[in-house]
Amino acid sequence: MFEHYLSLFVRAVFVENMALAFFLGMCTFIAISKKIETAIGLGIAVVVVQVLTVPMNNLILHYLLNEGALAWTGIDALAKLDLRFLGLLSYIGVIAAIVQIMEMVLDKYVPSLYNALGIFLPLITVNCAIMGASLFMVERDYDFGESVVYGLGAGVGWALAITLLAGIREKLKYSDVPDGLKGLGITFITVGLMSLGFMSFSGVQL
Amino acid sequence: MGMRQILDTKVAPHFHEGGKFEKFYTFYEMFDTMLYSPSSVTRSAAHVRDGIDLKRVMMTVWFATFPAILFGLYNTGYQANMQITEFGYQAIPGWRADIVALLTGFDSGNVLANFLHGAVYYVPIMVTVYLGGFIWEGLFAWKRGHEINEGFFVTGILFTLILPPAIPLWQVFLGISFGVIIGKEVFGGTGKNFLNPALVGRAFLYFAYPAQMSGDAVWTAVDSFSGATPLSLAAAGAIDYSAGLTGAAFTSGSVDLSWMSTAMGGIQGCIGETSTIAIALGAIFLLFTKIASWRIMLSVILGTVFMSSIFNAIGSESNPMFAMPWYWHLTIGGLAFGLVYMATDPVSASMTNTGKWVFGIVIGVMTVLIRVVNPAFPEGIMLAILFGNLCAPLIDYFVMRANIRRRLRRSGGAV
Repeated sequence: MFEHYLSLFVRAVFVENMALAFFLGMCTFIAISKKIETAIGLGIAVVVVQVLTVPMNNLILHYLLNEGALAWTGIDALAKLDLRFLGLLSYIGVIAAIVQIMEMVLDKYVPSLYNALGIFLPLITVNCAIMGASLFMVERDYDFGESVVYGLGAGVGWALAITLLAGIREKLKYSDVPDGLKGLGITFITVGLMSLGFMSFSGVQL
Repeated sequence: MGMRQILDTKVAPHFHEGGKFEKFYTFYEMFDTMLYSPSSVTRSAAHVRDGIDLKRVMMTVWFATFPAILFGLYNTGYQANMQITEFGYQAIPGWRADIVALLTGFDSGNVLANFLHGAVYYVPIMVTVYLGGFIWEGLFAWKRGHEINEGFFVTGILFTLILPPAIPLWQVFLGISFGVIIGKEVFGGTGKNFLNPALVGRAFLYFAYPAQMSGDAVWTAVDSFSGATPLSLAAAGAIDYSAGLTGAAFTSGSVDLSWMSTAMGGIQGCIGETSTIAIALGAIFLLFTKIASWRIMLSVILGTVFMSSIFNAIGSESNPMFAMPWYWHLTIGGLAFGLVYMATDPVSASMTNTGKWVFGIVIGVMTVLIRVVNPAFPEGIMLAILFGNLCAPLIDYFVMRANIRRRLRRSGGAV
């Protein structure tokens, strides 16, 4: 069992890296990778949100939305319902709610981190890596334990990628990039080359 | 009249401001400083006074690859000639075979024939690489007003040595173009890139044209030949490590393969990577001249030993790579070449000394990891070094933060 979880985790972090294998969450990935410190802060926030939302959405899927999922209510009419068409709506709602709660908690108890993250924190709501992880969870039919591990792995993978990119971009500040490529252009090329480096993991069998 | 005077009085004025060829000053400057150290020196404060400059460093690395080049030349021809004389294969028809047949014939016992047969494959690749590298490097330097750096000399020679001998020349050109432009020039040229350009080009070719860059058919330059490299033999479980001897399975017959032969290098593989001994000679030269970092070399080896010992201890029923001891890991495939010439690239490696240890260990561990648990790629060193390059800036960052914290604590400042 442990091996299964470990393999799932490693796959989620390296092989199916949200940012560098699926190119999800690119807007935040590119926008907030100029400094290592903020990148680490944002990375941690994404990890926390992933760990909470993926299992939460897993519960919602299995106890509310799936065909026959409402059987636990004991009411026949409900047990027959198939509410999966509400999936997208519920997942995004859950993500928004959890981000809001986390924002309030951080504001109250860790104001320093709250201030450091600033606008990025509410922006996580619309980060497609978060939504993507929930949708992958649905598509691959993970159970609750797996979804916790997968959420953690997806978050850690994304956080690792953005931290690496921030490190490279801090180094690239001293580069002499042609005018036409300055800014976003060179960042996209950098991300492409990073993705080439991460190809080493594709095909790993654990 | 010495060469210097000829250059100064007859040639240089044409290229300086107001001269006939003012536009091409970049190219003249490259040629001049390649022969002589430039006479212009830093005059402002805070600089190190040292006779060595970037070009001299690059030249030293270039010389250090000579053992690998020479052996690669010989071995490319030897592998091809051996298949032809012993197993009755035909040379790939074309002008290369015509030249060899005309001058020496295909005798694997004849050293000259081996060198010649290797050269007809090696020289066109090298010419293509240098042509491609020079065109792009020159174009960028000319248009952007830089000096041409000898970076592409080293990039070019390393790129040549990590190609399979029978690769089509247009792919060679494509690979070096991608490596030089995307891997280096878009970041501003030598010293400004974060990945090793030669490896970027190699990785590009590897993923774009897997048929010509991997598999069994590409390593020996004879017609319709197929023979596994020692690395894929190991993955198939055909090598007995304790006995040290094995029948290497070619389609035609078998050749004995011992640890010593993988170290000496009479085996199939990319042009420059086969002989660990030749590479070790280059490594000694690089370490003696203090061009390459011994920390990186040593830590890559340590990482390899560490990870392969773990895999040895775990063991596996289905995957024979688990059982490969570390000294085999070092001699087969491109690990030795990568750790001496690629991982030590001062631009894309970690800058701090502690960082170099971490950087090397990451590469060693990743190489073994990819070789053992990733059946998609038989060879791991190329991607492991690219991955190490990605991590290098971040490693440096943490090393520097740790250093700042330590000094603050020592001086009693706020942490």
